[in-house]
Amino acid sequence: MVFREFRLSGSGGQGLILAGVILAEAALKDGKNVVQSQSYGPEARGGASKSEVIISDNIINYPKIEKCDLLLALTQKAYEKYIDTLKPGGVLIKDDNIKETIKRNDIDVYSVPILSMANNGLKKPMVANIIALGCICELTKVVTKESLEESVINRVPPGTEEINRKALHEGYSLIKSIKRKIYYEA
Amino acid sequence: MTWENVRLMQGNEACVEGAIAAGMRFFAGYPITPSTEIAEISAAMLPRVGGKFIQMEDEIASISAVIGASLAGKKAMTATSGPGFSLKQESIGYAVIAEVPCVIVNVQRGGPSTGMPTSPAQGDIMQARWGTHGDHSIIALYPSTVKEVYDTTIKAFNLAEKYRTPVILLMDEVIGHMREKIVISKKNEIKIYNRKKPSVSPDEYMPYKITDDLVPEMANIGEGYRYHVTGLVHDEFGNPTNNSIIAEKLISRLINKIENNLDDINEYEEYKMEDAEEAIIAYGSTARSVKSAIDILRDRGRKIGLFKPITIWPSPKKKLEILGKNMKRVLVVEMNMGQYLLEVERILGKYTEVKGYGRTNGELITPNEIVSFVEEG
Repeated sequence: MVFREFRLSGSGGQGLILAGVILAEAALKDGKNVVQSQSYGPEARGGASKSEVIISDNIINYPKIEKCDLLLALTQKAYEKYIDTLKPGGVLIKDDNIKETIKRNDIDVYSVPILSMANNGLKKPMVANIIALGCICELTKVVTKESLEESVINRVPPGTEEINRKALHEGYSLIKSIKRKIYYEA
Repeated sequence: MTWENVRLMQGNEACVEGAIAAGMRFFAGYPITPSTEIAEISAAMLPRVGGKFIQMEDEIASISAVIGASLAGKKAMTATSGPGFSLKQESIGYAVIAEVPCVIVNVQRGGPSTGMPTSPAQGDIMQARWGTHGDHSIIALYPSTVKEVYDTTIKAFNLAEKYRTPVILLMDEVIGHMREKIVISKKNEIKIYNRKKPSVSPDEYMPYKITDDLVPEMANIGEGYRYHVTGLVHDEFGNPTNNSIIAEKLISRLINKIENNLDDINEYEEYKMEDAEEAIIAYGSTARSVKSAIDILRDRGRKIGLFKPITIWPSPKKKLEILGKNMKRVLVVEMNMGQYLLEVERILGKYTEVKGYGRTNGELITPNEIVSFVEEG
């Protein structure tokens, strides 16, 4: 399938807006047209946060996403809020702590230990967003790994390049190790 | 096109980049969502180009500092959102009558009052026109892409300098916060207009002299040209007066220096208008939704196009009249309950049917909504 519209959701402070910016910048490096936008509440941390990225070979006019091709959910709240915005046939990448309270039989679900890899594996909770980007890239091939890595390094604070590069690679391998749950049959 | 010039940029960031390219060397502001990044990025960038950034105690002080900096010869800007835009209105009028070039950015949020700080709206269209008291003309521009934000900010400074007047740059939360690709213009490709400096000695200088182009020469404070700057009606020397003949001359000059130059000031974009029988008028982020809607409607065989004013004030009167005469129907789509609609009805309502579609719930109007409005209306 063609992945055009991405919605990255979780709670404020998880770096989802940055993840959206990095994904968009990588696509731009690949020569695509991109629009990245976001919505957040007035609070700096803890509120629902989402970042949206549209990647296309064509000109992008309407800059928002109504229904997405891929949904990333890092919190239960975000999952419940946005699961209905995933297109039929779309892909959900969710943190494996999220309980599937809303059953949809028309999407693919990847349940990935993103937060525990960040917290326990890499011992840096703040790289969860980069792990998630690794998952998205490996799964959808929407951007090249070279561009993605370049954008990650370009956008993360100096001194954190190595841990972020590692996080990206953990993302690549994690998604490959997850057995795809196919609910959707064409 | 080299890759160094291609960047992923936020609208607010493009505003600062454009401003600095245009020559902005002073920014005073009081941060407010969704315009805060303009202050933030100005604070980071201005010192690198020898400019000054000041965070003032409030919005009124900010516009006042901007006016002062401009009188001292610096190109100056402030940025705000609805509540701050309201506070700045009195001083915008001061800049109008004292003829002080400056740029006031208003990244619109839902209102009235503090409203919805993180949501877009287009509710300040009429406030941009008539927010400050007294009879006056005003220039207000409104871009709808990140690249256009960059170009339009440069234009805002150029018009401010050229016509010695405050220029309002309207944006909305969507344009301010979204990021997209922008190809930065090369320095030598950017046209910069600077205010006319005095051509006479300080003894002969008349700061408000009526010239053919109606725009007086402007001396920087501190360069030996001593003159009086006031919000009162004044004569050609800047001295206050109640003389009705002088008042008439001044106020009509302030209006005419803008209204006589509509061809220079008015900018617009047309999308799929070549064979259009119906037109939608929209601006800012809403124009993007309309373009997507037009693509859908064209696929269904409808001859429809977009007219997007980039210069919101003064109105593109001639162009709107032509639209009125040529279109079977003109629709106005905006994130308010019909502000620009009033202006469109005023100018072309006598020639054709005009209908408006507006919404004010803090969400960008969607293409599908517009398609339904066109097909059902």
